[in-house]
Amino acid sequence: MKSLIKKLVETVGPSGYESKIREVVRAEVEKYADEISVDAMGNLIVKKGEKKEGGLKVMLSAHIDEIGVMVTHVDKNGFARFTTIGGVRPHTCYGSRVRFLDGTIGVIGGERLENANHVHAIEAMYIDVGAASFEDCPVKIGDVASFDRPFEDLGNRLVSKAMDDRVCAAVLIETLKLVKISPHELYFVFSTQEEVGLRGATTAAYSIDPDLGIAADVTMTGDTPRGIKMDVALGKGPAIKVKDGGMLADPKVVDAMVRCAQKHEIPYQLEVLLGGTTDAKAMQISRAGMPAGCVSVPTRYVHTPSEMVDINDLNNAVKLLTAFISEPIKLA
Amino acid sequence: MKNNEILSQIPEIGEVQIQLLEKLSNAVSVSGEESEVRSIVMEEVKEFADDIRVDSLGNVLVTKKGKVDDPVCVMIAAHMDEVGFMLVDDEGEGLFKFEIVGGIDNRQLVGKPVLVGKDKLPGVIGAKPIHLTTADERKNPIPLDSLRIDVGPGNSKKCKVGDRATFATRFETWGPSLVGKALDDRLGVATLIELIKHTPENIELLAAFTVQEENGLRGARVAAYSMHPEVAFVLDSTPANDLPVWDEEENGRYNVKLNHGPAIYRLDAGTLSDPRLINHLVKVGDDFKIPYQFRQPGKGGTDAGAIHKQRGGIPSVSISVPGRYAHTAVLIARKADWDNTMKLIFTSLAKFNRDVLSVDR
Repeated sequence: MKSLIKKLVETVGPSGYESKIREVVRAEVEKYADEISVDAMGNLIVKKGEKKEGGLKVMLSAHIDEIGVMVTHVDKNGFARFTTIGGVRPHTCYGSRVRFLDGTIGVIGGERLENANHVHAIEAMYIDVGAASFEDCPVKIGDVASFDRPFEDLGNRLVSKAMDDRVCAAVLIETLKLVKISPHELYFVFSTQEEVGLRGATTAAYSIDPDLGIAADVTMTGDTPRGIKMDVALGKGPAIKVKDGGMLADPKVVDAMVRCAQKHEIPYQLEVLLGGTTDAKAMQISRAGMPAGCVSVPTRYVHTPSEMVDINDLNNAVKLLTAFISEPIKLA
Repeated sequence: MKNNEILSQIPEIGEVQIQLLEKLSNAVSVSGEESEVRSIVMEEVKEFADDIRVDSLGNVLVTKKGKVDDPVCVMIAAHMDEVGFMLVDDEGEGLFKFEIVGGIDNRQLVGKPVLVGKDKLPGVIGAKPIHLTTADERKNPIPLDSLRIDVGPGNSKKCKVGDRATFATRFETWGPSLVGKALDDRLGVATLIELIKHTPENIELLAAFTVQEENGLRGARVAAYSMHPEVAFVLDSTPANDLPVWDEEENGRYNVKLNHGPAIYRLDAGTLSDPRLINHLVKVGDDFKIPYQFRQPGKGGTDAGAIHKQRGGIPSVSISVPGRYAHTAVLIARKADWDNTMKLIFTSLAKFNRDVLSVDR
């Protein structure tokens, strides 16, 4: 699991440019899939099994895109101005390094801060790839990069950029490997463009037209010193989402997941997230609507280059999802 | 088709096309009430189209069949609506409170002549003259609720709450420049009309003249659903903020520049353009030596934002004619940019086939 996560998080794949990470995922899932397809938005859709008596058509979605930056202008001295892809905040940029799709490395710089309490706006920063002039600069307008930070194994805790949401891609891959017998027709969707507005899941949900939608994504925690008031902590199990900023999970789905966790003695937490949302929102309101829910992985420092998760939560998320989709799902 | 054949078939931007643009620019079609532009479009395309339909939102959906077996179904969208105003309260004597429809900076309103309603009755957004204002008042923009559209008592009974209004600018050409209101996106509408008159034979053209783009891409959403194309190109206009910067720093936030050719989109607030289509446009532009530029990635958006998310996803990209002073009373574009936009879209369509999309995005 750890080596899989390392491989996934260290691949560059900002929203809209997921082809590399998709190939990494494809190599992992190929053996276990009945059918694999890539749609117009670049979603990787892995089908497994057929709907049997008492079964449902279930879509599981984890997004493979990550936040990043796109170059807007290279000036005559070779500095590249940039805009953000997804929820990138200025304080995580200053001094960070980025890696472009072709491997070029740059550092995000800015003039010396006059007041250390006020970091530069994105517009006042630039990417310095070590070029001396426009002509000498290997990047050009429209090139994309993601933040560059190595994966670190701290024992139970793991740190990297792009844990959001590659850890859940890993959870879905492991779940796919473990599901042996299921009454359900399962679609594992490795979705694109989540960070810019759930765009991949929107079209995938339309094409698949499932009976039930389950997202796997990261969520924030309230377990840091003077952290936000939130009843989710690292290491206490996957969080079953009750609500977030964009969706009220179907209570029947929440209940079914809770019953499943209790039955199999898998630790779990209940999640009420005030901001943010997941692919489950796009699924819930697709076509005529569907029951939808989400299994969340508690994550500290979301949308910074050092997101932290607990390996036990990931293993338990795999257990929970595998158990959940291996049995008939009673939504009563 | 050979490249020199394609070149010989590119629709020309001449006097006739500029006259059509003038007619389109002078028409009043604020979002939600696009009938005047719709009539012009339908009159222009009726003898060339295989099918014309007006849907329930008011989009004009035109089909021009391909001349080959199994042609690629390509949607091309251009929005008919423009930003403007709506009268919301009749205060008597020809004075009306109004709201802005779409995105217009308050500071652009003061002192501007406007046209109100279907009969285009003249009015003005008046303001207190300098004699009577204080120095402090002059420092701040006048809030919308302090402004009125004044049509005078003569026409007051002919205007009513709910009527739309827009800037009264009349179209002109100034040497190489095209000057008028609503060139965002009548330039796209005029281009699309020409494409219906001169369609590359390898594609089935699904032309969508959309409504309500300026207030949220509403027409394009339903148009893309019903047309269900394999691929979509959006023709629009985007602001050129290319004036010199006076402190001698390099202008790094120009968005696009006049006279640098059609602007190809990579990222805006609503869309990450399909890289396969970007590459196609770039390759065709290079092969045919048509100048093009990339719009600086950033805010803003086009109908592509709604189109690409329809159904199971539709590969989409936008191309804009650059224009200075967009969403004000006057937009200035260059004829050469329009001409090159026409060339780029026509040649890109003529060279388009399913191979472009055969590799995964």
